[in-house]
Amino acid sequence: MSRYELRFSGDGGQGLITAGIIMAKAASIYEGKQAVQSQSYGPEARGGASKSEVIISDDPIDYPKVTQCDALLAMTQEAANKYSHDLKEGGVLLIDSDLVKNVPPGNFKTIAFPIINTAKNDVGREIVANIVALGAMVALTGQVTRENAEKAVLSSVPEAFLELNKKAFSMGFDKAVAASA
Amino acid sequence: MAFDYEKYLRPGKLPHIWCPGCGHGIVMKGLIRAMDSLKIGTKNTAIVSGIGCASRLPGDMDSCTLHTAHGRAAAFATGVKMAKPEMNVILVGGDGDGTAIGGNHFIHACRRNIDMTYIILNNKIYGMTGGQFSPATPTGAKASTTPYGNPDPAFDIAKLAIGAGATFVARGTAYHAAQIDKLIAEAIQHKGFSVVEILDDCPTTYGRRNKFKSVIEMMNHLKETSVPVKAAEKMTAEQLQGKVLTGVLYKEERAEYTTEYAKVIERAQAK
Amino acid sequence: MSKKVAFLQGNEAASHGALYAGCNFFAGYPITPSTEVAEVMSAELPKIGGKFIQMEDEIGAMAAILGAALAGSKVLTSTSGPGLSLKQELIGYGCIAEIPCVIYNVMRGGPSTGMPTGPSQSDVMAAKWGTHGDHPAICLTPASVQETYEEVIRAFNLSEKYRTPVMVMPDEIVAHMRERIVFPEKGEIEVVPRKTPTVPPEQYKPYDTSFGDVPPLAAYGTGYKFHVTGLNKMPDGFPTTKAEVVQAEEERQVRKVDANVDDIVTFEEYLLDDAEIVVVAYGSTSRSARYAVNAAREQGIKAGMFRIKTFWPFPDKQIKALAQKAKGFIVPEMNLGMCANEIERNVQGKAPVLGIFRVDGEPINPDQIVEKIKEVK
Repeated sequence: MSRYELRFSGDGGQGLITAGIIMAKAASIYEGKQAVQSQSYGPEARGGASKSEVIISDDPIDYPKVTQCDALLAMTQEAANKYSHDLKEGGVLLIDSDLVKNVPPGNFKTIAFPIINTAKNDVGREIVANIVALGAMVALTGQVTRENAEKAVLSSVPEAFLELNKKAFSMGFDKAVAASA
Repeated sequence: MAFDYEKYLRPGKLPHIWCPGCGHGIVMKGLIRAMDSLKIGTKNTAIVSGIGCASRLPGDMDSCTLHTAHGRAAAFATGVKMAKPEMNVILVGGDGDGTAIGGNHFIHACRRNIDMTYIILNNKIYGMTGGQFSPATPTGAKASTTPYGNPDPAFDIAKLAIGAGATFVARGTAYHAAQIDKLIAEAIQHKGFSVVEILDDCPTTYGRRNKFKSVIEMMNHLKETSVPVKAAEKMTAEQLQGKVLTGVLYKEERAEYTTEYAKVIERAQAK
Repeated sequence: MSKKVAFLQGNEAASHGALYAGCNFFAGYPITPSTEVAEVMSAELPKIGGKFIQMEDEIGAMAAILGAALAGSKVLTSTSGPGLSLKQELIGYGCIAEIPCVIYNVMRGGPSTGMPTGPSQSDVMAAKWGTHGDHPAICLTPASVQETYEEVIRAFNLSEKYRTPVMVMPDEIVAHMRERIVFPEKGEIEVVPRKTPTVPPEQYKPYDTSFGDVPPLAAYGTGYKFHVTGLNKMPDGFPTTKAEVVQAEEERQVRKVDANVDDIVTFEEYLLDDAEIVVVAYGSTSRSARYAVNAAREQGIKAGMFRIKTFWPFPDKQIKALAQKAKGFIVPEMNLGMCANEIERNVQGKAPVLGIFRVDGEPINPDQIVEKIKEVK
């Protein structure tokens, strides 16, 4: 079965739901695969633990939630602790190395780099940290091509911020490749 | 020649359901004279009500009539007016229907300043259910649910309307029958949300319990306790003690809701 | 020519489905998890000259759509559990006054404020029994983004065809998940117009049964003057307490749906031909059920799924037929057995009915269903 399961997790307000949506959009609209994105969040509009799940498959997707996670992004320690329990053996865990100090134990590949600081210092705006993370997840999961993912990013962000997001996406992609080498 | 009320009434629907001595019929006749003076016709006029004695008024009127649920006249009417802004929309209801269960819709219709006219027949009691006190029942009055006298203070409905943003507010009484059509006509002509409170009597459930010996006494009470706004200007606070003001109490020009929404449509379509 | 596609949330798809169906009036009140519908409608309706209004409360929103429908609009409101409770009196008004309207209710945890962002399927009984008095009920429970779009169109069509309120009730998962949607071309899906009077205004009666169980409905402001009330009424719309008229009118209102069950009820049969174990599911839970049925089949168990698309009227006939041959029924649902009771009512003891009931704000995962399938086996 080609079913591939991703989870983007962190604090509400970090833009992770958006990152998940763009990943799913890349797969479903640009890659020609099937994709479903869903989310869960607390009653608050901002703050609190938040997760966005994406299932990608060549076949129609029935159950829209993660059963056994192939790839997990954790942008906070809380998210890493809370959401790594169903990460598959041999799966991928991407963490922000500044924020997740205790790497959850398990038989998976952990990739760490300072995601938020990359956005802040290298790209120039902390607000695009989610797109840096998305670029990294695209590189690490190989479910969609770099080109298709970039198209999905550019079709999802305001016109005034195209360059900024493009840069954030590339930076995340390249850093993940370097970190996993 | 006598005024022909019948052309505004549905053939075969009379008699109305109101008790002998009730002032609601006086108000209905006032509404008919107002509609006639404005020549607004009946086909393009919606008369909307809630539940209660006053809310039975639309059923007798030969128009587009909508007898809704308790308290909801203003919200139903808002839907009618938004869908067809070219229609004249008139609301009719009692004090309990409009200011208790329907209080929220009432104040928000005032706030939006949507071009409708709300005639509130204030007889200070829930008549249809047998005389329970309403938000307009005076403190101390007897009602079927205030056997020891009403502990609640009453709303001043006209002030409530002004406070909530209605742009035309008038008050009349069932005694001053000749004034009613003029107030209603001016309200209908006003562009915005207009409220006409008519102080009315309920001999059956209010008068009996509150020592009014007859309908005539209730009507005289309406006469004696009301003062036209103009006359009040020359009166002292002492003289105005226990009196209510009648006439046009408030009037202002302010952006009307359906006109504002038409601008929203223009902005959306310009994009 | 390739069709327009988009990657949309269930709530967004619902809004676009409404627009396809000709909706030109929306009234609502903000409530999680259905607010996206109001947001899309506030942006889209004015573009086509339609009207959007955010009312002061849930009741006001329901009242406003009923008023607008009588003025000739095709109307929608959206809400969720607590709002549905508040709207119930006026849903009954829509039933007795026979006003076409669509109520889109996203099911979240309850009762009361419950779990505003958690999924649930616990409003399905409120869809039928929430308003007092006997009345017709139609309730659709879509399971995907595409289906939400299409079922909202069908809801508008049914509301016009039968002149009655229709509910669409996705659970929060369906309402908030995103999938690719392929938009139909104009004309590709039938849109049923309102049946308006053919008689001149002076002869018009809003409940004239000489035109059948579903009489034509005029619009205010088109020359037709008529009376509408929430009281029991005569064919001319005026109140009555005449026993025989009240009885006949009540029965006709309910008959509009009861006599047309085959036209209204829709469902999906998945691997049922040789199934010994039937999983009955609806909404997002049916997606877990499909996954579980496939997993069970891989283990050699003859499982299948009956997916309810129209929850009300309930697919009684189909469940009764399945009860003749099934060894057991499994009903996974995000409530404490609302659908399972309906299944038991139809199965009448001919086979065991096992429920999987979750009200903890978490979806029912496929493994739970597989385990239950094995229990019957």
